[in-house]
This record gives sequence, structure tokens and C-alpha cells, in this order.
Amino acid sequence: MEKEKKSQRWAFVVVGFFVAVSLFAYFESELYVYLMAYLWFGFIYGLVLQYGRFCFASAFRDLFAVGVPRMVVGIMIATILFGFTASLVTFTGASTFHPAPFGIHAFIGGLFFGVGMVFAGGCASGSLYKTGEGNGVSATVILSISVTQAIFADIGGWANKFVPESWTKSAAAKGLPAAINVTDGWVDQYLAGYVWNKPVYTVAKWLGVSNESFTGAFVGNFLLGSVVPGALMLIIVYLVWVRKTYVKRLRQERGGNVTFADELSGYWQMILASKRTAIAGLFLGIASGLHMFVIEGLRLKFGVGNAGQILKAIGQDYGLSVRGTVFDPGYWYVTTQEAQWVGWVLHKLGWDNMDNIYFGYTNGIPNPLFNPADWMSLALIGGAATMALLHNEFKFKKPTKELATWAIIGGFFMGIGSRLALGCNIGAFFARVANGDPSGWLFGFGMIGGAYIGVKFFNWWTERKMAKEMAAFDL
Amino acid sequence: MAMKFEKKSEGEYLLDVQGYVCPHPQIYTKKALEKLKSGDVLEVLFDNPSSSESIASMCDSNGNEIIEKSQLAGKFSWKIKKK
Repeated sequence: MEKEKKSQRWAFVVVGFFVAVSLFAYFESELYVYLMAYLWFGFIYGLVLQYGRFCFASAFRDLFAVGVPRMVVGIMIATILFGFTASLVTFTGASTFHPAPFGIHAFIGGLFFGVGMVFAGGCASGSLYKTGEGNGVSATVILSISVTQAIFADIGGWANKFVPESWTKSAAAKGLPAAINVTDGWVDQYLAGYVWNKPVYTVAKWLGVSNESFTGAFVGNFLLGSVVPGALMLIIVYLVWVRKTYVKRLRQERGGNVTFADELSGYWQMILASKRTAIAGLFLGIASGLHMFVIEGLRLKFGVGNAGQILKAIGQDYGLSVRGTVFDPGYWYVTTQEAQWVGWVLHKLGWDNMDNIYFGYTNGIPNPLFNPADWMSLALIGGAATMALLHNEFKFKKPTKELATWAIIGGFFMGIGSRLALGCNIGAFFARVANGDPSGWLFGFGMIGGAYIGVKFFNWWTERKMAKEMAAFDL
Repeated sequence: MAMKFEKKSEGEYLLDVQGYVCPHPQIYTKKALEKLKSGDVLEVLFDNPSSSESIASMCDSNGNEIIEKSQLAGKFSWKIKKK
């Protein structure tokens, strides 16, 4: 009992810390409200993720590995609700979302990411919230994703040999500033010579209407882009993983044939099976849409288009890109700010990593203490810690060698996947699908395929270990 | 801490997966239950909160019964009776 009370007191300390940071920052300059918006949305994401044990990695992994559909359901609920709030925000003209280039690279990035998240034991957002539970393995995953991305984004020299000539030519023709040195760097040439040449779509655009129109926002992007594919995915999950047990139980209880009404009831029961996950999905969906609305409102209030202008105004212009910008997605995002803080450290250690597109041209490497997206991620960890402390679930866990190895390998794959697909399970899947961007589904299908491969490997690995442990028993 | 599987008494087994993160606890639990006989009890020790939801859902769909649950300072101890 005493332990529980102590744990709850620590929850108030964490909340008090973020309140104190916000107040201090506000009295320093009103402009910090922009960073505070990221902070408090991050805090909400952390609370909700921990409450719902909401992890994209577990969605398909648990489905393939142990036949548990609860997280796929939770993710689809969250995505559809975010789709609704995002459409509402888009309809009002206040959306901060930009669709991503549509191409096979999104699928390949998803594949890498999917394998990585199974190995690591958590996706990008899941690893953040589990770090808030005191989990050292998840903190190692974050470190690995961060380091991998920061290095991968700047690799040139020998890596240039693996760049097709057409990419180099196309990248050189883009007229980027000389400081970026676009023909040196694998990721630079991949971005400017390949990805940027891909078309950008939304479902509304496919229908020939604008995103901001009622038809575009609600029928195109929301209904056809999120709801229909999401519901179809859940039907597949029901038919393949849930129906057999449900029908068997129904026949045992009352006998007779299974009617269409029974099937609908089974589908609905699957959706409501995990109340915690469904509630988390509901809050995540609403918060994610509101986040876009608030950031766009603040941009209008402060007359800025990017947080780089805010940082400059508060005297923090270190690490801005050549265009004066920093990473400022305007919605929930995870991986780029992770690459940025390591990029900042490497730069401080003398690595010239501003001569590339990722850091030097678009995202910058601002001081992590003043990076809006880093405020969001740190607060997400804090929010998760608060929820875990309140429920007596916080526990510091040092990673074992075995798990640290998995964390590093998994983080590496997720880092590569994130940079290939220009985002993770949040930025490349959740936000895109909810905003009617079909490249989100390409990433999602890749992520599902990667999870399947990862689970196959893990099954073999655990079977081997279990066989050793159980050898002594007559089982 | 490495995964441990022990026989406590006749029909009673212990699976200790403390320190493990997803998906290890739920996969080991599934595999251990598959090896046990009907009526056997498996006590699972784990400290990864998200595994609790997955193990509970898995037991529900497979018909295995969670007969005892306890939780203290982030450590979960569940007893599962195999169907």
C-alpha cells in the first residue's frame, strides 16, 4: 500500500515538472506556447498509449504469433477516428498535413520497419511509451533508431557507389543549394533523385475534388481512404482469426445455425473485446486531429509557417536548416526528432552532417532542449510514466544482453525503414491513412509483411529456447 | 534474467519471463500452455504490462482460465489453468 502511494506521489512529480517547464517557458516568452502545444499533446499521447498498452508492433505480431486481434482493432478504431477529426480539420482549411510521395519505397520501408518492430518488441511510439514505464530495453530501441537514422541520413562516400546514375542526375537537376552537396550521400540522392519524382495523392485528389471540399474531406479521404479499408481489414481479421472460436462457442451455448445477425454480433464483440484498447483508440483519434487544429491555429496567431521562425525569435537559431526551417510536422510524429537529437550530438562532436537534405535542407538539428518535436517525445515518455505510476506499473528494468541485442537490431531496421518510407508507424501509417493519403496503406502493407517475417523468425527462436528449458520434463 | 520454466509440483508449472518485453512473455506463455496437459496450472511471472492484455485475450480465445491474478510494483503473477 505504501509503495502504491509512493508511486502515485511520483506521478504528481512528473506532472508538476511539465507544468513548471510550461509556466517557466511562458513567462520567458509567449512564443513558447507553440512548443508547449507539442509538449501537452505528447503528454496526452503518452497517457493514452500506456493506458491502452497501445503498440503498433503488437497489432500484427500478436495476431500472427498468438492469435490476439485486440490491437489491430484498437489501431483501426484510432485511425478511423483520427480520420474523422482530420477530415473535419481539413474541411475547415486548418490542416497541417502534407501527403507523401506514392511509390514502392513506402512498402519497402514498411517491410524493414515491420521486421524491426517485432525484433525490438515495440514500434517507434510503443518504445517511447514503454520507456516511460521504466523499460530499459525500449530506451535502447529508441537509441538505436536515433543513431541509425542520424548516420544513415548522412552516409556518402562509399555508399554513393550504390546509387543508380539516374538518381544522381535527377538529384543534381533539382537546383538545391551548393551547401547540401546533393550528389554526395545515398539518402540525398534517393530523396531528390527518386522519391521527389513520385506523384503525391490523396483519395480526394483521385476523385478529382479538393481535400478541403466536403466530398474530398469526408467521402474521399475519410470514408474511402480510412473507413472502408479499415473495416475491410477488420473483416479479414474476424474471418481468419476470430470467427472460428466465436462460432464454436455460440454452437456450444445455444446450438443451431449461425445467422448473419450472429456474424455481425461477433464482429462487434471483437471490436469491443478490449475496452482499454478501444478507449485508447478513441482518445488517440480525437487528440491527433485536435493537435493539427491547434498547431495550425498557433501558426496563424504567431504569423509563422514553421517553428524555425519561432526558434529564431527566441534566440535559438543553432542548427536551423539552410532555409531557416526545423522539423515541425504539425501533427504527431516520432522518428525524425529522434534522428535530430543524435544529429545534434554528432554535430557538436565535430561531424559535419548539415550538408544533406534531411538535416541541412529540411529538418535542421536544433538544440533538443528547444526542439518542438523533441518536447512532444519527452512529454510522451512523461505521460506514459505518469499513467504507469498511477497504476503501480512503473518498474525500472535493465536490459539483459539478449534483449539489448534484439533492441539494437530491431531499432536499426526501424531506423532504416523510417528513412526509406519518410516516417514510422505514426508518421508514415497512422497520420497518412487518417488523412486519406494512400501511401500510408502501402507502408502499412509492408509493415504487416515485415511483422509476419519477424514473427516466423521469433517462433523459431522461442521454440528452440523452450525445447531446451523443457527438455528435463516429460511434456 | 533468462527465461525459466520449472515444475513446482505435479500438474503445476512456473514460467518466469520477468525482464522480457513483448512479444516474449506472450509467446512463451502460449508455447508453454501448448505443451501442458488439460487441467495443468501454469504460473506466469512477468513485468511487461502490455503482455497482460495479450495473455488475457489469448486465454479468453483459447478457453484457458486465468484462476488467479496478482500485481505488485510492476510485477505480475498469473495462474492459468489449461482447458
